[in-house]
Amino acid sequence: MKEQIANIKEQSVKEISNAKNLKELNELRVKYLGKKGELTVILRGMGGLSPEERPVIGSLVNTVREEIENLIQEKEKEFKNQELLERLENETIDVTEPSKKVVLGSLHPITKIIEEVEEIFLGMGYQIADGPEVEKATYNFDKLNTPPDHPARDVQDTFYITDDIVLRSQTSPVQARVMENQKPPIKIICPGAVYRSDSVDATHSPVFHQVEGLVVDKHISMADLKGTLEMFAKKCLGENTKIRFRPHHFPFTEPSAEADVSCFVCGGKGCRVCKGEGWIELLGCGEVHPNVLRNCGIDPDVYSGFAFGFGVERIAMAKYGIEDMRLLFENDIRFLKQF
Amino acid sequence: MKASREWLEEYSDIDVDTVKLGDILTMTGSKVETIEQKGNNIKNVVVGKILEVTKHPDADKLVVTKIDVGNGEILQIVTAAPNIKVGETGQIVPVAKDGAELPKGVTIHTGKLRGVESQGMMCGMEELEIDSASYPDKVVDGIFILDDKYEKDLGKDLVDVLELKEDIIDFEITPNRPDCLSIEGLGRETAVSLGKPFKNPRKNIDELKVEDKKEIEGLKVDITAPDLCYRYIARIVKNVKIGPSPKWMVRRLNACGVRSINNIVDITNYVMLEMGQPMHAFDINSIEGKHITVRRAKNNEKITTLDEQERILDENDLVIADDKKAVAIAGVMGGLNSEIENDTETVVFESAVFYGGAVRKTAKKVGLRTEASSRFEKGLSPENALRAVNRAVELVEILHAGEVVDGKIDVYPTKQKIHQIKVDYDRINQLLGTHISKEEMIDILNKLDIKVENDIATAPYFRMDVEQLADLAEEVLRFYGYDKLETTLIKSDTTLGVRNKEQKIEKKIQEVLVNSGLSEIYTYGFLSEKDLEKSNISDTLKKTAITIQNPLSDEYKLMRPSTIPSMLQILANNANKKNQNVKLFDISRNYKNMNGEVEKGEVPLQENILTIGMYGDDVDFYILKGIVENVLEATYINHYEVARETENKSYHPGRCANITVGRDVIATLGEVHPVVLNNYDIEKRVDLAEINISKLEKYSRNNKKYVEVPKFPAVERDIAIIVDESVEVGQIEKIITKKAKKLLEGLKLFDIYRNEKLGENKKSVAYALTFRDKNKTLSDEEVNVAMENIIAELEKTVGAELRK
Repeated sequence: MKEQIANIKEQSVKEISNAKNLKELNELRVKYLGKKGELTVILRGMGGLSPEERPVIGSLVNTVREEIENLIQEKEKEFKNQELLERLENETIDVTEPSKKVVLGSLHPITKIIEEVEEIFLGMGYQIADGPEVEKATYNFDKLNTPPDHPARDVQDTFYITDDIVLRSQTSPVQARVMENQKPPIKIICPGAVYRSDSVDATHSPVFHQVEGLVVDKHISMADLKGTLEMFAKKCLGENTKIRFRPHHFPFTEPSAEADVSCFVCGGKGCRVCKGEGWIELLGCGEVHPNVLRNCGIDPDVYSGFAFGFGVERIAMAKYGIEDMRLLFENDIRFLKQF
Repeated sequence: MKASREWLEEYSDIDVDTVKLGDILTMTGSKVETIEQKGNNIKNVVVGKILEVTKHPDADKLVVTKIDVGNGEILQIVTAAPNIKVGETGQIVPVAKDGAELPKGVTIHTGKLRGVESQGMMCGMEELEIDSASYPDKVVDGIFILDDKYEKDLGKDLVDVLELKEDIIDFEITPNRPDCLSIEGLGRETAVSLGKPFKNPRKNIDELKVEDKKEIEGLKVDITAPDLCYRYIARIVKNVKIGPSPKWMVRRLNACGVRSINNIVDITNYVMLEMGQPMHAFDINSIEGKHITVRRAKNNEKITTLDEQERILDENDLVIADDKKAVAIAGVMGGLNSEIENDTETVVFESAVFYGGAVRKTAKKVGLRTEASSRFEKGLSPENALRAVNRAVELVEILHAGEVVDGKIDVYPTKQKIHQIKVDYDRINQLLGTHISKEEMIDILNKLDIKVENDIATAPYFRMDVEQLADLAEEVLRFYGYDKLETTLIKSDTTLGVRNKEQKIEKKIQEVLVNSGLSEIYTYGFLSEKDLEKSNISDTLKKTAITIQNPLSDEYKLMRPSTIPSMLQILANNANKKNQNVKLFDISRNYKNMNGEVEKGEVPLQENILTIGMYGDDVDFYILKGIVENVLEATYINHYEVARETENKSYHPGRCANITVGRDVIATLGEVHPVVLNNYDIEKRVDLAEINISKLEKYSRNNKKYVEVPKFPAVERDIAIIVDESVEVGQIEKIITKKAKKLLEGLKLFDIYRNEKLGENKKSVAYALTFRDKNKTLSDEEVNVAMENIIAELEKTVGAELRK
C-alpha cells in the first residue's frame, strides 16, 4: 500500500508539472484529491488494514495529500500569473492617441487682466465696487470736481442720454457713490465698462474698460499711493518692475501724477512697445481732491485719500501683444480660444 | 506749446543740454512731447559766390555756373532756377556741396545734368526750411540769394552764418496751467526747475503806471455782459507804419509755429506767446461811432471772420461790436471788417479776458479753435491783460511801428480774486507722505512767486489754479521731486478683501462655462433699432430702449434692452467666417427705461445678464439645458421649474423654455427662431439662453446640509406607459413624484420610443423608479401600493396606458 501511495505521489508530481492550463490542473485535482480521487480511494480501502498500520497509512496519505494540494496551488498561482501577464500584454494601448475630453473654453483677455488686478487688490483688503453704466451726470462730473463748463463734459467726449443722464465716461462715479454711502476706511477698486465718443479704430473704442482704485482714511498719502502702485506693478507685471511718478493734472485729484512703469517687455532697455523710452505710461493717479471729498460728504481736513485709474485694454494689448483693439470686440472664436 | 531754448534763456540761465532740460521739465510737470533740433539736419551747405553763368549746351532751361565756395575752391553747378541768369554774377548763395544733407533726408551728390557735371546744388529757402518771412525782401521762388554782407563768409557753414540752429521744445500743458501757455510761464518753470534765478525781463512793464481814460482818440468802451467779459483794455497807436517785423521776432514766432504777417499782427502774436494773453489789433476807422461794446450776440447775428468765413451766432456768444455791427467774436477770431490794412493809420490794441466756458462753447460751435480761444477757455488772469497791452505798445515803439498814445481805456467790472491760503506744513507732509521742512516748503513756494507771510500763502495773479492747501502740496511736491517720494504702504484699520455674493456668482458661472467648453466674449451695449427688429425683440421691451442723444452713428444709437442681438451678431460674424462649433457666453448688462426714470433724471434699470449662444455639431436644446442646469446648481439655485415658453418671438415656439423660481423668470433658453436666424444669415441652428444674474443672486442659497447615507436597501421598479405626444414628461414626473409620496428616492427617464404600432401621435415613456424608506427595508407590498397609485393617477390624468 505504501508503494501504491508513493506511486500516486510520483505520478501526480509529474502530471501537475506537465499540466498546460488551469483546466487540466482542475482535472488533476479531481483525479487525485476529489471524492472519487485516487487518494480517497486508498483511504476508503483502509478497512482491510491492521489497527497498527491504519494510523501510519492514514498519516502518510494525509501528508501526500497535503503535498499534492500545495503543488497544485503553486502551479495554479503560476498559471494565474501567466494569465495576468498575457492580459496586460494584450491590453497595451497607444498612450499618444488623442484624449477624450470636454475641450475647455476660455475667458476673454479683458476678464483675465481684470481678474488678475482684482486678486492682487483683494489680497490687500480692497472690496470690489460696481455701479450703473447709465449714470447721473452729477456722479460722473459734478461730484468729481468737473463743473458744467468743463471741457470733459463736451458732447465730443461724452455720450448723453439727457442733460442729466450720461453713459459714464469713467468708473469714478462708483467712487463717488461709495464715498457717499460708506464711512472711511474705504478701500475699493472699481472695474467696469466706460464710454467715450471715440470712433472705432486700432487704438480706440467707444466702449472700453477701466479699473479705478480708491482709498480714503486718515493720513492717506501720496507716498502710500506710490507704494501701493509699486506693489501692484510688481505683482502684476513682474518683481523687477519699477515705478515712476510724473506730475500731471486731473480735476478729481490734487496733487496728481501720471505713473510710468519700467517696460515689462524689454525691462527698460527700450523696445517697440515702449517706443524706445524704457517706460510705459500706466495710469493716472493722485490724492483725492478736497472738493471731491467735500462733495461726497467727507471732511477733507480729517480724511485724505488716493485714487488711481487705468485702461484695461491697453494693458491687455501690451501684455498679450495684440496690436488692434478691434480684435477684443470682434470675438472671433479663433482669437478667443488663444486665452 | 512750443518754446525755443533761445527764448527761454531770456528768463533763465540754462546750463544743461536741451534733451536734459526736457527731462527735467517733464519731471516738474511741463511734459515734453517732442524736441526738435533745427539746423541739425543741414550739413555741408556753405556760403558761395556766383562767378560765372553760361548756357547749358544741351538744355534751354538749364544754366551752368561757376561758384567760389572759399579756400580757392571753385565748383561747377548746373541749375534750372529762374533767378539765375546767363551773365548775371556776383550773387551770394547757399551751396550744398557733394555729400551735403538737407532737411527731409535729402542728400546731394556730384552728378551729370544733361551731360554736364554738377558738383552740388544751390538751395532755395524751401529746401532749407527757412520761413520766407525772415527775409521779406528775398525771392521765394528759385535760389535763396543772400545779402552781400555774407561775402566775407565764403566757404563757411551756412547753418552757422545764418544762425539756423534752433532747439525747439514742444510741451503738453495741462489745462490747469494756462500761464504755461507762454514763454514767460515756461521760463519761470525752467528757472525754478534748474534752481536758477528767474530773470524777469518785463520788470519795467510790471512797474509801469498808465493813466486811465474814459476816451482816447474818440474811442469809448462799454461791457454789457460782465458775466462773460471780466476786463477789456484798449490802447491806441497812431501813425502806424505797417511793415515787416525784424528777424529776431520772426525767428521766435517761427519757433513757436507762427508765421509772420506784418509788424502789427506779429506784435499781437508775439505778446500772446510771450505772456499768454491773446491780443487783438484793429483799425480804429472800422469802428462805427468809435464806440466799442462787448455784448452778447443777437440770435442769428452774422459775422465774417478774418478767414473769410461767415459765422452765425446766437445770444450765448460774446462779440466785440461797434454801434452797428460785430467786429470780432470775443476770444475766438476778429472780423474781416476791422482787419488791419496796409493803409491803416490808427490801431487799437485790445487786451481782454473773457469767461472761458463761453469762449470754448462758441469756438466749438463755429468750428474755430484758435490759439486765442484755446487760451481763453482755460481761464486767463485779468491782471495779466494789462501787462500784455503795455508790452504790445512797448514793442510798437521798439519796432518803430507807430506812435503810442498816452493812457488806456480799462473797463474792469470785477477784480480778479487773489487766493490766500492758510499753510499747514504738517498737513502738507501728511498728504504727501514726506518730511519736508517748513523752510524748504516756503523756499519752493517763494521761488514760484507764491509769497508766504505769517503762514499765509498768497498766490500770484498768474496762478489762478492755486486755491487751497492741496494745490500748495502739489507745488511743493513738484519741486521737492516726485521721484523722491518714498514708497510706503497704507496704515489703516484692517479691511476685508472679499468678493460680494454677485461677484462670486459671476466667477462661478465663468468657471462652469469655461469647463463646459464655452468662450467668453465682450460686446458693446449699443445697438440700433434694426438690430432689435432682426432679433424679434418684443415691442414692450423695445419701448424700454434708451436713446443716446449724440451717438457715434445710427448703428450705435440705442442702449440695448436685451443682450440677444449682441450675441446673435457675434455668432453671425463667426458663422460668416466659417468658424465651426462656436460656443460663447457674455456676462454684461441690459439697460431698460422702465418707468421714465431717464426723463426724471434717475438711473434706469441695468440688469446683469448671462447670455449663452452656441451652434455646432454637438449642440442642441438639451445640451444647452444641461449647461444652464449646471450653472443653476453651481450657483446654489436649489429649486426651480422649467416650463414651455411659446410667446417669446426670438425663440423657436416649440423649443423654448422659461426657468422660474417663485414668480420670477430667472432664465429663458431655447433654439433661436428660424426667422431670426434668417435675419442674421445664420444657416445653422443656434441655441441661446439668457440668465438674469441679478435674480440668480436673489435666490442663491448656499445652505447645503449633510443627509445620512441610506442604511436600508432600495427597491427598483421600471414603468413604461404610452401617452399622447402632447403630454410632457415634466407632467408625468410630477404625477409620479406626487403619488409615490415620500417613498420615491429618484426617477430616471431611460427611454422615449415612438412607433406606428403605438398609434398615431403616441409615444412610449419608460422610467426607472427607485423607492426607499430611510428607516426600514421596504416590503414589496408597500411598493406595489405606490406603483398602483401612480399608474391609476397617470391613467386618469394624462390618459396613460400601461405598456406590457
